[in-house]
Amino acid sequence: MAPQLLVVLVFFFWPASQAVWQSLLSQDAFGISSEFAGLLNFSRLWADDTYLQSFKVTAVFSFLVAGCGLAIALLLAVMANGVIRGAGTYKTLLIWPYAVAPVVAGVLWVFMFSSPMGVISFALQSVGIQWNHLLNSTHAMTLIVIAAVWKQISYNFLFFLAGLQSIPKSLLEAAAIDGASPARRFWTIVFPLLTPTTFFLLVINVIYAFFDTFGIVDAATQGGPGKDTAILVYKVYFDGFKAMDMGGSAAQSVVLMVIVMALTVLQFRFIEKKVNY
Amino acid sequence: MIERRPVANFFSHAILILGVCIVAFPLYLAFVASTQSQEQIAASNPLSLIPGSHALETYRIALFGGENSRGGTFPPALPMMWVSLVTAVVIAVGKIVISLLSAFAIVYFRFPAKGLVFWMIFITLMLPVEVRIGPTYAVVSSLGMLNSYAGLTIPLIASATATFLFRQFFLTVPDELVEAARMDGASPMRFFWDVLLPLSKTSIAALFVIQFIYGWNQYLWPLLVTTNENMYPVVLGIKRLIAGEAYTEWNVVMATAILAMLPPALVVILMQKWFVKGLVDTEK
Repeated sequence: MAPQLLVVLVFFFWPASQAVWQSLLSQDAFGISSEFAGLLNFSRLWADDTYLQSFKVTAVFSFLVAGCGLAIALLLAVMANGVIRGAGTYKTLLIWPYAVAPVVAGVLWVFMFSSPMGVISFALQSVGIQWNHLLNSTHAMTLIVIAAVWKQISYNFLFFLAGLQSIPKSLLEAAAIDGASPARRFWTIVFPLLTPTTFFLLVINVIYAFFDTFGIVDAATQGGPGKDTAILVYKVYFDGFKAMDMGGSAAQSVVLMVIVMALTVLQFRFIEKKVNY
Repeated sequence: MIERRPVANFFSHAILILGVCIVAFPLYLAFVASTQSQEQIAASNPLSLIPGSHALETYRIALFGGENSRGGTFPPALPMMWVSLVTAVVIAVGKIVISLLSAFAIVYFRFPAKGLVFWMIFITLMLPVEVRIGPTYAVVSSLGMLNSYAGLTIPLIASATATFLFRQFFLTVPDELVEAARMDGASPMRFFWDVLLPLSKTSIAALFVIQFIYGWNQYLWPLLVTTNENMYPVVLGIKRLIAGEAYTEWNVVMATAILAMLPPALVVILMQKWFVKGLVDTEK
């Protein structure tokens, strides 16, 4: 008990309160003096176009990651649940990306899209698309979304598969006897029963896109071109450690903390209720 | 599954195989790149899909370091992998030990301010280390823990996922066991060692896998707290190999990437059963 409390106090509550405190201070360029600035850092944030831009980028990014990731994983899980033989093998072959570090995922995908040796950029070129994720922000965004989705598929897949396997067979058999087609069985029985899993995964995926993708962004685009793929966590890091704006960075941390807390509370409230039909 | 539908079954297999191929394609490409020489990759447009013959050489350079074509040197990956291994194991073991003890205390003892303590631990569940990098960095540096294993690991241990899981698990242990142990005169610690610990073996194994991967794959935090080459974990080392896109020696980068992926991937695949169970149980 005592050790965890100590660790939590020193490395969690101290930093967290420091963040709140620093977000209220304004420091000079050398960090020698700081004075109390009230909510100045926050109002500066709201007036800062790049920060609002970063919000938009993060929203688009996490929406795409969660949407694509869930859809692909659900498709694969339904298929794996349906096959008679080999489901275990497919599972083994699909779970390993979970073990890949985000940075490594970023590096792998950058390599495939880089020119001239990248295989995918070459394939795209032969159909007339000039791929350049260093200059084109749509391309850059696509790249990090693909890398992020790729890494997260195994996680979603495992949960969907577990969810599918816990659906009682008798329900499906009864529906089949009543003459419901497989598609209809899926949309009227399986999908509604999966809602708790889907919802849980949705929250987890958004949290993942918000925070765990730092490595992917740093390896693939470094927030570029311009600031078009600078997600919020990347901006906290960049402003705090590269641009040395500690007050601004701390204020951003506080905003992020509030977002995570909101997401977590949302998640727990719904899990308690077990979204069910 | 219900009707016999050979066409649908074939279709399912086809989609699954396609999925597996797409998922595995980047890995295959990385492998191919790691078996070619720098000149082959630089001259290729695009990369050939057949493995080359320079595998041994590339992996030797990646593991033990060596000269690159521009006269610089590659940092060897072996010591970096050692750092990663130590970090991952310390994080996994540290988290499990600390969480077991505090979950034990929370579930089986009554002490003042228990609610507050539980709430304090629980709230850490919500904030990943990425959110509080700046201030945590300040704390770690003021404690003089930069460039040390302590600085790399302890801040990451400060999170409650494991405590929460063990708490859930301990709550399902029947009270009769506690009573029986007390009747037989076992002290609380004895009960913990002889009853609770053997019961939670599977959860511990599952958590170990998850935390090991978590520790091994840390990137942002080591990026901040390590400035000394001797303390770089391998994940960080890969990023540093990509200097600028034009001069990157992709064969070595990819060899290092594969080396960095290997240990956690092996852990996941070999301990698959516990890992899947642990993952699905932890989060729900």
